[in-house]
Amino acid sequence: MTTTVHYTDAEGTVRDIEGRPGDSVMETAVRNGVPGIVAECGGSLSCATCHVFVRDDCLSELPPIEPMEDEMLYGTAVDREENSRLSCQLKLTEGMDLYVTTPETQV
Amino acid sequence: MASDNAAPTGLLIIGASQSGVQLAISLRALGFEEHITLLGEENHRPYQRPALSKEWLQGEVGNESLIFRSAEYWDEHNVTLVKDQRITEIRKNPDGSGVAVAESGAEFPFKRLALTVGARARKLAVDGADLAGVVYLRNADDALALKAMVGDATDIVVIGGGFIGLEAASSLKKMGKNVVLLEHGPRLVGRAVGEATAEYFLDAHRSRGLDIRLGARISRFVPAATHDGGKAVSGVEVTVGGGTAAGGAAGEGTGAEGTAAEVIPAQIVLVGIGVIPNTELAEQMGLAVDNGIVVDSHALASDGTTVAVGDCANMPNPVPGSPAGERIRLESVNNAIEHAKVAAYSLMGRREDYAGIPWFWSNQADLKLQIAGLSMGFDQTVVRRDDERGKFSVLYYRKGRIIAADCVNAPLDFMAVKNALAKRQNIPADTAEAAAAVADPAVQLKTLAV
Ligand SMILES: Cc1cc2nc3c(=O)[nH]c(=O)nc-3n(C[C@H](O)[C@H](O)[C@H](O)COP(=O)(O)OP(=O)(O)OC[C@H]3O[C@@H](n4cnc5c(N)ncnc54)[C@H](O)[C@@H]3O)c2cc1C
Ligand code: FES
Repeated sequence: MTTTVHYTDAEGTVRDIEGRPGDSVMETAVRNGVPGIVAECGGSLSCATCHVFVRDDCLSELPPIEPMEDEMLYGTAVDREENSRLSCQLKLTEGMDLYVTTPETQV
Repeated sequence: MASDNAAPTGLLIIGASQSGVQLAISLRALGFEEHITLLGEENHRPYQRPALSKEWLQGEVGNESLIFRSAEYWDEHNVTLVKDQRITEIRKNPDGSGVAVAESGAEFPFKRLALTVGARARKLAVDGADLAGVVYLRNADDALALKAMVGDATDIVVIGGGFIGLEAASSLKKMGKNVVLLEHGPRLVGRAVGEATAEYFLDAHRSRGLDIRLGARISRFVPAATHDGGKAVSGVEVTVGGGTAAGGAAGEGTGAEGTAAEVIPAQIVLVGIGVIPNTELAEQMGLAVDNGIVVDSHALASDGTTVAVGDCANMPNPVPGSPAGERIRLESVNNAIEHAKVAAYSLMGRREDYAGIPWFWSNQADLKLQIAGLSMGFDQTVVRRDDERGKFSVLYYRKGRIIAADCVNAPLDFMAVKNALAKRQNIPADTAEAAAAVADPAVQLKTLAV
């Protein structure tokens, strides 16, 4: 089963990236140079520059928001929405088919 | 391998790490069309350092997670990655072109040059410094060597109570080791944070069981009396307390005025006493050097053509409104990234001043420190503390204006200050009433920004 993340940027361009289970949505984006994810802290939950909006029907596949991520989400460059997550906290699982949109800016 | 008659690369970036990688990426984003060579002395693909003392050391993330970009990314973007070549000499022409010569003899001709050579660990020169088991933590090889040794060790001494020392000590403690942290100065984290934050960390770490000794004078590393000639470290001879703790470089003290010397057992001694910027190439090129390669606000060195970026660069303070002429060298990921962006503009012929709000993070045990702004020159502080929820922040002011904050497990405070600084707002604390509001953890800082 393939594991895929579909990244849509603020202009609507879609990039489908095959990921490895265990990697985060942030890592998968950064390693492949997907624009729209900065990830200054490299996944240390310290920068809030890996913000993504998750397509509503995918939200239930994801782990719940921990308190620290919740606080950090108030500091994103583009305001947080109901479906906001920090992509470094989202680990890919086998067969996952995840749709996320990157915000207009991260800083 | 490149040679004398090879076509020169459009831009040679020496130093394939945080700032070198960002420079290449930013140039491509800006439409730089020339070929780029990203060259480094390490025999690894470019990787991020921060996790080396934190998540990676604890085995929470693997090697692959530290790699910046896939090999395909560099191919697709016409960037040649060169590993394992240490440049020892640069011959440069007045127009900015030249040739870089590696220790191996390989030559790398270039049209333009960027120095992103970073900094190296400062060594502690005491007897026994060469013993096996005395290690530093600056790069992947250091980290791999440390990790390979950790399994067998029961006792570890960490020398230096700065960020690297505290992070590594916390990580090693979490891995079940007996860790003693020795700090030469009278408090933790030297000049990077204020007194209140340093005290908070001292209490927090001690209450979590970390053995921290301040005012420690290292007299020597004690060799093990092993049959192979006593080549491995077995302990650290130290004198603690007494005399003046301040002043003098680490390891200088003899302990004459302290308590009697003690030997703390250790199969590993990790030394984290700061870094020295790599300025040798710049000096050899005749560039101005003063605690780093001196650059202007466009990341240009004194020859007007070479750019120098990141940990190796001494630059005008990038904080808007900071005192004119103030210069600084920053050691942080955020600076490496932001400075590289400015250098990229510079190489494209665009003059964008480096301006921004520096920020920094450090994870130690369950303590997440986030620093926004630069606290140097502060004349007032306000402490915000919520012990019930384990949150602690210190806000720094200069002439009534907020300039920085240290925030522990308090991302909302960190964000509020970072945003206020970016928008050039204040979070006033100039009256008793205003300061009380800032100090009240029940009040959201964001609501106080004006
Ligand atoms: C263990 C550790 C933890 C850290 N944690 C944090 C943190 O939590 N938050 C944070 O903001 N920052 C942290 N930092 C600091 C951050 O990693 C640095 O600020 C950043 O790496 C600086 O990037 P740079 O590219 O300027 O320099 P460096 O990363 O030092 O890279 C310079 C590169 O140049 C190479 N080089 C030097 N001379 C030559 C030569 N002559 N020829 C060829 N190659 C050469 C070096 O080998 C090196 O690879 C940490 C650093 C370390 C070591
Ligand atoms: S990468 Fe920094 S918070 Fe996710």
